[in-house]
Amino acid sequence: MGKIIELKKVNKWFDKFQVLKDIDLEVAPQEKIVICGPSGSGKSTLIRCINRLEEHQEGNIIVDGTELAENTKNIEKIRAEVGMVFQQFNLFPHLSILDNCTLAPIWVKKLTKKEAEELAMKNLTRVQIDDQALKFPGQLSGGQQQRAAIARALCMEPKIMLFDEPTSALDPEMIKEVLDVMVDLAKGGMTMIVVTHEMGFAKEVADYMIFMDEGKIVERAKTKEFFDNPKSDRTKLFLSQIL
Amino acid sequence: MILNNLKPTKEKINTFLPLGSIFVIFAFLDVLTNTFLNLNITGFLPQTLSYFFPLLLGYIGFYLIRIDFSGISFLDKLNKNINSSNFNAFLTLLILFIIIKAILPLMNWLILEANFAGSSKDDCNGNGACWVFIKVWFNRLMYGLYPDVEQWRVNSAFILLFALVGIAFFVPQKIKKYFILFLLFVYPFIGIKLLSGGSFGLVYVETAAWGGLSLTFIISAFAILFCFPIGVFLALGRRSSLPAIRYVSIGFIELWRGVPLITVLFMAAVMFPMFLPDGTFVDKLIRVLIAITLFEAAYMAEVVRGGLQALPKGQYEAAKSLGMGYWRMNALIILPQALKLVIPGIANTLLALVKDTPLIFVVGLMELAGMIGLAKTNPKWLGMAMEGYVFAGLVFWIICYAMSRYSQNLEKKLSTER
Repeated sequence: MGKIIELKKVNKWFDKFQVLKDIDLEVAPQEKIVICGPSGSGKSTLIRCINRLEEHQEGNIIVDGTELAENTKNIEKIRAEVGMVFQQFNLFPHLSILDNCTLAPIWVKKLTKKEAEELAMKNLTRVQIDDQALKFPGQLSGGQQQRAAIARALCMEPKIMLFDEPTSALDPEMIKEVLDVMVDLAKGGMTMIVVTHEMGFAKEVADYMIFMDEGKIVERAKTKEFFDNPKSDRTKLFLSQIL
Repeated sequence: MILNNLKPTKEKINTFLPLGSIFVIFAFLDVLTNTFLNLNITGFLPQTLSYFFPLLLGYIGFYLIRIDFSGISFLDKLNKNINSSNFNAFLTLLILFIIIKAILPLMNWLILEANFAGSSKDDCNGNGACWVFIKVWFNRLMYGLYPDVEQWRVNSAFILLFALVGIAFFVPQKIKKYFILFLLFVYPFIGIKLLSGGSFGLVYVETAAWGGLSLTFIISAFAILFCFPIGVFLALGRRSSLPAIRYVSIGFIELWRGVPLITVLFMAAVMFPMFLPDGTFVDKLIRVLIAITLFEAAYMAEVVRGGLQALPKGQYEAAKSLGMGYWRMNALIILPQALKLVIPGIANTLLALVKDTPLIFVVGLMELAGMIGLAKTNPKWLGMAMEGYVFAGLVFWIICYAMSRYSQNLEKKLSTER
């Protein structure tokens, strides 16, 4: 099977501090991968490198056949294909939910306003906030905002979705509504890389688990194996603390 | 025991309230009769005491009516807002009395004893203001030295502008943007042509003859129109990741911010032509306009930068992650939010700009305040500086207050944090 994302020997430094050390990672289309690890282990940085919100200094990152390098056009093309959902939602507060969803399709994918609105309503219905379309982000609950952010990313019809701790900033009772949407998305066949501490979610949808610590991938295993039979001591310790 | 009895409480409201009210009313009566009827009802007292008597009386009265939770809503409001302590009661009385004392002479000068009729300085008598001065010079104050018979051109230029702006508010959204583009890029040239003439059968009027309030408007409008976009680009430039653009922006901003406007104007008018090759000529007004625009753009840039820096990094990242490039990200996501945040700062800068326009007198151009400076030195009208500058102050205040209100409305209209 072809690879949609390939990372080869990726290294990254913040000044002198090395955040990513020799990362190798391959993701096939429709695969779901969950990355976990203690804070500061580089997991957010890793997925932010995939759409170049962070630059890597060494190694190669190839997304859908295009290598990420100092080429603005390539980067914009890849970003249009890779959806991202942030911990802090990052909706655009000056625009209604509908406009949040239609802005990029209209200006980047050059859809007409009508097409973009149809697409937006389809995705807002999918995340079950179509009734909130004309409200502004500030009028929505955290869970609704995060679902709107997912819908906004889906409106670009991405091939890959990246989730950077999508439920960490939510009240406990809103986590489930967001995870439900993500499970639905996973079952629809989306390629997903998710940084999260929601192990229930990981067990339900992930094909592979990746455990990171101190900038390195410590363990990469099939989900069942990862939870039932972790190999490294560091993984065992981590799992014993969060499960 | 006696002190306790003297403390105003709710139980004794029937004694204290009437008594205190009488004290307060008498204090105000004293001041009012003293000011307006020239009647000193406390004249039997020694002079100093008589002078401060109402203050003392009102103070005691306010003390007596300071009853907590009296149950009378007017009294409670009064006590809470202007009579919450002895010191506040004193301040309240002092300020009210000063206002009462000052209002009569002010009204006398402004209206009651002022002269409105007539056509020369000799028609003004008495102690009031001589508004005849403004009346006679009104035409000059509005149009400067623009020839009388050609003034319809100034009028029609402004009427056209206001009509276009007015219509722009009502036309449907689709045509609106063309309207605004027309206003920004076509109208200025029509306006300039109309004012300066020289073709289409219009007599040429040199810019040195322009002046008065119309010049204030022309300079303000042009400078506002152009300093805003330049300021935005400078602000973006100062935050650019390309060093060349960044340093040029920083250099430009710091250079213009560091020099007084009056120096800039002087340079534009006197020094700049020396550097031009022989035979080239740039109109003085144009030079001054460019100088003011660039000067204010530097200030604008720093205001806008404040807004850019206030936006969370997540907004940039979200825009990028949707595949937007630099210009789309700034035009659609960043600037709409940043500019909304700094509306008060922008309004501040633009108000300052309008009020800076009188400085063009240093290069011999005379807008409203400049024309007054000219009029008051006219031998027939010496000594009219007060009337002139009060009038100019009032006009500037009206312009600036209107701008300030507009900015507040805009802020409210654009607010999405309902």
